[in-house]
Amino acid sequence: MDFGFTPQQEMIRNEAAAFLSQECPMPLVRELMVTQHGHSESLWDKMASMGWMGLIFPEQYDGVGLSFVELSILMEQMGAVLMPGPYFSTVVLAGLTLLESASDSQKERWLTPLASGNLKATLALTEPDGRWTVSRPRVTAERDGKDYLISGTKLFVPDAQIADLIICVAAARGSGKDWMLVAVDRDTEGLTITPLKTMDQTRRLYEVSFERVRIGRDRVLEGSHSALERVLDRATIALSAQMIGGAQRVLEMCVEFSKTRIQFGRPIGSFQAIQHRCADMLLLVESARSAVYAAACNAAENKGETGLLASIAKAYTNDAYSWIAGEGIQIHGGMGFTFEHDAHLYFKRAKADEFTFGDSNFHLDRVADYIGL
Amino acid sequence: MNLDYTPEEEAFRNQVRSWVSANLSPDWEQISLRQAENMDESMAFLKKWQRKLYDAGWAGISWPKDYGGRGATINEQLIFTEEMAKTKAPNLMNVSIGIELVGPAIIHHGTEAQKQRYLRKILSAEEIWCQGFSEPGAGSDLASLQTRATLENDHFVVTGQKVWTSWAEYSDFCILLARTDPDVPKHKGISCVLVDMKSPGITIRPTVQITGEAEFSEVFFDGVRVPKENLVGIINQGWTVAMTILMHERGTSAIGYQIRFRNELDDLIRLAKSHDHDGRPISEDPEFRRKLAQSFIDVEVLKYNIYRSATQIMRSGKPGPESSIVKLFWSEMDRRQKALGMEMLGLYSQLVNGSEWAVDHGKWPRAFLWSRAGTIYAGSSEIQRNIIAERVLGMPRA
Repeated sequence: MDFGFTPQQEMIRNEAAAFLSQECPMPLVRELMVTQHGHSESLWDKMASMGWMGLIFPEQYDGVGLSFVELSILMEQMGAVLMPGPYFSTVVLAGLTLLESASDSQKERWLTPLASGNLKATLALTEPDGRWTVSRPRVTAERDGKDYLISGTKLFVPDAQIADLIICVAAARGSGKDWMLVAVDRDTEGLTITPLKTMDQTRRLYEVSFERVRIGRDRVLEGSHSALERVLDRATIALSAQMIGGAQRVLEMCVEFSKTRIQFGRPIGSFQAIQHRCADMLLLVESARSAVYAAACNAAENKGETGLLASIAKAYTNDAYSWIAGEGIQIHGGMGFTFEHDAHLYFKRAKADEFTFGDSNFHLDRVADYIGL
Repeated sequence: MNLDYTPEEEAFRNQVRSWVSANLSPDWEQISLRQAENMDESMAFLKKWQRKLYDAGWAGISWPKDYGGRGATINEQLIFTEEMAKTKAPNLMNVSIGIELVGPAIIHHGTEAQKQRYLRKILSAEEIWCQGFSEPGAGSDLASLQTRATLENDHFVVTGQKVWTSWAEYSDFCILLARTDPDVPKHKGISCVLVDMKSPGITIRPTVQITGEAEFSEVFFDGVRVPKENLVGIINQGWTVAMTILMHERGTSAIGYQIRFRNELDDLIRLAKSHDHDGRPISEDPEFRRKLAQSFIDVEVLKYNIYRSATQIMRSGKPGPESSIVKLFWSEMDRRQKALGMEMLGLYSQLVNGSEWAVDHGKWPRAFLWSRAGTIYAGSSEIQRNIIAERVLGMPRA
């Protein structure tokens, strides 16, 4: 047992941190916040040239073949700078779904370009009921001769407008399966994508409406329940890794500020009221980091019970990040409440993350099931 | 980064497990329940148990081989402690003070003669140790201690009072911090000496705790003569020795607590299924289910925190200030877990050992009361937060 980064993992982390502080600084994040897609093509191309889109995919699909732990390291650094754009949707949601559920020829068709940065994609899972379980989607896929017709509405779909490919979970009519995965091109006729105006402006969510969208059978993925569960568990862990990155950055901002902000003739960081709050923030972020990397190790080695570890990580990180991001505003005082200061960007991101892939109660209920209650 | 033990380490785990199951007397469970009323009985049991461990080479697993230890790796220490806790074996009576505090202090700072004289008997429990650090006026601010040790020819003469001294009545020796130079800044005039508890001038007065047990005592020193060669390290540099000790106090032993919390959580889950709350099984109440799940998360996260801290120790050779995070975490989560136990039991949480209606011989109210100790001893939660803020985060001194 060696529960720390290897020298190679240390290197990946340092490179990622250096790259992102150079290429994705806060002024860029703020610039992208007000653009249509919240996405920078030049940042995307640079990440592609670093091999980031292919990081965890096998070499036969032009990937780098590293493990889920390395992906989590990258995620943590992206969360620290609130990186906007469709990396998560493309690599984690769509990429892992293709890896788990696509046939060899489908992988060559979509995963290979995805892994080299030439295809952006997303997963359309949630619907107006806001549930994270996949059992009974209302969007339907109906047989029509050799084709399928997709109808219904997906909601809270990330990055749909910039994605070239949208993988949709649909109830399968007349195929003998409960549901199926279909891969739809964004510009297919009958598909309407409407942006949602959101509190967190560093990400883009959409309503995706299907009106008898016709797709061929070559666009149906093999998809099983356990394969989709594996994707969602890994997405949950990857998002949690982003969250600890954000939480860590908020803590660093608070500690720096508390050293230089003078009140009553001394830096506020010398007051125990501030010190103990920062100590509690460190306790939470380090504990969340332990939980997230334990889950990432488990996922990397396909150990089983990944769902339990993912739920532990997400439930703990939800509470930690939301609290830390709130304290981040409090410690910065009036400045922390201004739009100009960055504290609110983390506060909003933390709240958005908290409800994505299951809130704390969702994961507590899953843990309760796992431990036999 | 990986969380796997090697096949050799797993073989070591099996070796520990089978030894403990073959050697631990089943009487222990009953004896431990009576500990509050019959301390002598449990002390005698613990002394015998430690002797068995010593003879089999298990005592002092973290100590270097040269001093009778096993020189085990950090992972082996974790495994050993995990297995001992899983089988609910008692803590070695000499572990928390003798093996974890006095031993390292003598190994790092003691003379060769001190090593020869004391170390093996700590492991075999032939000699039991207590710790004379805290005083009525020196708790969190330990360096302000007032007990005096004045050098007169070849002896120190010790006068003063110590408090919260665990197992003082059962101890043969005390590792004592005393002021040897009152005219210099407080950290620079302290020395560490080894005191024979049978020396004339020592009075012990047990302190009854909120649990009804008297594990602690006040110890009064009135002109107690301590041979000069019992000085550990350099005169007036006892603070360095104290720091060695306090760092070890927050080492890998936390994994034993973690397993204990896990055992207790398993007991709570069993209780949730067998006991009703407001007319239905606790396990069917959505709120209790979530609280138990939260407690499970606490226990698991503690485990991974300890593993990370152990890796840190393995790589750097010593525990860092990050171990304060582990201490703060487990002591605070222990309180949450035991409060949950009380909430689940409702009115039954009031019944202590001796009442025939008491659940699990009243162990829950006892554990609930005990959970208020962990956030105070070995550096209170407030002191841990100070350490984290100043030494880990680098915030300006208060």
